[in-house]
Amino acid sequence: MKDLGFILGSWIVTIGGMATFAVAMFRRARRDATVVPPEERPWL
Amino acid sequence: MTDSTAQKPREAARRDPVTGTRFTRVLGVACLAGLVWLFVFAFFVTPADVNQGESVRIMYAHVPGAWLAYLAFVVTAFSSAMYLWRRTRSLTWDRLAGASAEVGVLFMAISLVTGSLWGRITWGTFWTWDARLTTTAFLFITYVGYLAVRGLGGSHHQRARRSAVLALLAVLEIPLVHFSVVLWNSLHQEASVAGNTDVTMDGLMLFTLFLGVVVFTLSYVWLVLHRQRALHLRDLVDETGLDRALEARRAEAASS
Repeated sequence: MKDLGFILGSWIVTIGGMATFAVAMFRRARRDATVVPPEERPWL
Repeated sequence: MTDSTAQKPREAARRDPVTGTRFTRVLGVACLAGLVWLFVFAFFVTPADVNQGESVRIMYAHVPGAWLAYLAFVVTAFSSAMYLWRRTRSLTWDRLAGASAEVGVLFMAISLVTGSLWGRITWGTFWTWDARLTTTAFLFITYVGYLAVRGLGGSHHQRARRSAVLALLAVLEIPLVHFSVVLWNSLHQEASVAGNTDVTMDGLMLFTLFLGVVVFTLSYVWLVLHRQRALHLRDLVDETGLDRALEARRAEAASS
């Protein structure tokens, strides 16, 4: 496939971007959750 | 041999759902399955385009990314308006606005990078100061600025008020970006599907494009749900920190 590097690169950026955002978000949330008891989380 | 007393809190922390619920777990699995399905269709099922060749495979990520960024910024503006309206004023709206803006910036960045890679193949350059590209970059920078403004000091309601006003102004840029290809002589193509009554795209390619929009929308909902709950936790941590500081100050004043 011609230009495979650019095409694959665009998909790596797409999926990698979403994954990195999600991992960073969960890390921060997990750290904050250690000081917030479950009863103060209305979604649970 | 492991220390079982130290192991227990660690085990409990691992099982703590934090921002997750049964709904977000099901949605997360659907997003993952959808992304795999989209990737397979984009690479192995759809044909190469007559004009664009293989580079059309980038479009299945680029176009949904741009649309989702628009949607995210509109949700930010709507939530901000709901916060500013006295009858619905709640920090939940503010956190939804912030979460949606963050995810919108992510999708806008994806759209800019994938568009740039597509431009390198089709136009022979990563970047050109074309009307669509320039207005999109301007929109991206505006929302990065919006996120910076959210990070300034002050109470949660001060943060909510100032960022809500900014969000209502920033959303006005979206029509400018969308219609830039019509308003100015642009290198970027005009809308090929939305608002076009005579779509000449191959059925399978059109289906994959719509699949991309659906999968990205589900991913957006999943990310925003988690992010706004994470922001809720952050606000509670801030309040706890403030309460502790006030208690310490009062104790200090009482002892002196």
